[in-house]
Amino acid sequence: MNEISIFDIAGPIMVGPSSSHTAGACKIGQFARALFHGTPRKVTFYLHGSFAEVYKGHATDRALLGGVLKMRTSDPLIKDSFKVADKKKIEYEFKKKFLGERYHPNTVEIVLENSRRKLSVIGSSVGGGVIEILKIDNFNIRLRGRAGKYLSLVVRHDKNKMVIPKLKEKVNALKGIRVHDVEQRTYKDKTLSILHTKGRRIKLPEVIELEKSMQHVDFIRSLSKLEKQ
Amino acid sequence: MKYHFQTAEDLIKLTKLHKVPISEIAKLYESQRSGSALSTIRNKMKLTRDIMYKAVKKGIKSNKKSIMGISGSDAQKVYESLKNLKKMMGNKVTVRAMAYALAVGEQNARMGRIVAFPTAGGAGVVPGVLFSAAEHFKAGKRKLLRGMFCASAVGIVIAEGSTISAAKGGCQAEIGAAVAMAAAGLTEMRGGTPEQCFDASAIAFKSYLGLACDPLAGLVEVPCIKRNAIGCMAAIGASDMVMAGVKSYVPFDEVVRAAKDIGRTMPRTIKETALGGLAITPTGNRLKKKLGLRITREL
Ligand code: SF4
Repeated sequence: MNEISIFDIAGPIMVGPSSSHTAGACKIGQFARALFHGTPRKVTFYLHGSFAEVYKGHATDRALLGGVLKMRTSDPLIKDSFKVADKKKIEYEFKKKFLGERYHPNTVEIVLENSRRKLSVIGSSVGGGVIEILKIDNFNIRLRGRAGKYLSLVVRHDKNKMVIPKLKEKVNALKGIRVHDVEQRTYKDKTLSILHTKGRRIKLPEVIELEKSMQHVDFIRSLSKLEKQ
Repeated sequence: MKYHFQTAEDLIKLTKLHKVPISEIAKLYESQRSGSALSTIRNKMKLTRDIMYKAVKKGIKSNKKSIMGISGSDAQKVYESLKNLKKMMGNKVTVRAMAYALAVGEQNARMGRIVAFPTAGGAGVVPGVLFSAAEHFKAGKRKLLRGMFCASAVGIVIAEGSTISAAKGGCQAEIGAAVAMAAAGLTEMRGGTPEQCFDASAIAFKSYLGLACDPLAGLVEVPCIKRNAIGCMAAIGASDMVMAGVKSYVPFDEVVRAAKDIGRTMPRTIKETALGGLAITPTGNRLKKKLGLRITREL
């Protein structure tokens, strides 16, 4: 179900100046960071469309970086996110890039890397602080960042029919969590699966345990720590 | 979903079926959507209201310039004018609404904390109109919440049928949506029927169709902040007309369809790119130069 929340309209609570270019940008940053898992050493932002034209005045750059630094949309520290990143020794760079006609004008590609991994995420800010994640690495997906509905698990695994049924079983065995829906995209020999869950939030140790116990799985990430609005 | 709605027609049907106002359906919808109790939702809206209130209170007192320095002390000026209302043409409700709307807009430009309602650019209209009206009615905080819930429901109808993104629909999608929402919220607070709420929304929204999003240097300051103030006048005017018995000739859902079509055909230069309209006037370009932005064209 993808109903818009009343609080997508009466919200988000945020620091200005723009819900799409500041708050939405911050949320895309948060998303990318949650998927990356761990501290990136270098982050590159490719700004598309309106993001590329007017990002400076809207503090889109500070907000994107703030999101990657796990700041909330209402965090006054967003103003100083450059300084915070410098202190944490995280390199960052902003580049303009046309990502393609099919993307909303407020779109960014975020590439995060450290010595262990590299991840690319494309996200759009579609208005009023609502975002959509449209690409993770090579997988075209559509994750709508609806208010308070981030209880999903993102899993990359070998293209193998047995992985997800098995994982589903394990998740359902956790108390108070049920897999509600699964979306999948395959690229070459890998599949990206998104397990939408219901019930309580899954805890980090549980995610790590799942990841360890599964074969043919590259990673499992939980989005349940993401900002609820 | 029992309380699901996408259009004004759906909403009006639901209010008839359950014999409750729009605000009540909005609460029930959210409760069903999120699985949270009604009391949780009411509390969340109270928090939203308190944050908006703080932004208003801070904004009318501050004359600090915005980060880019092109806005910052108008809310205070207009608020001060309330002391000498004889000199003004508007009444206390409208002038105060404008002061509040400017206050939120200026706080936003200072990177202060606000509630995007429905977006940050148009965040001043709903609190401007509803807070000022609530003070006038000496209404309890309850009534104010009703206005906010009703306004949010109208926002959902616009977001579902068109867009609330200026990059997609121009300023009609931001200030226009906010004005339509505030008009309905105010009308419900005044005891209007759901039909009257949407008549007010339709009248208000029609006046904002096609509005360019052309902010100077891409900053949400000029013309945005003052558009919030003028938007309050439009919302109050539309609501007044409806309370006097006027109806909208075109139903709200059709106005939303028109907004969508206009948004689609509107040139990119006036959709939050700062490449057209006011943004490329000599004044706009001067500011662009100051900020080191590329100048594409001058009018
Ligand atoms: S001109 Fe553009 S940025 Fe300013 S309020 Fe309107 S839509 Fe928002």
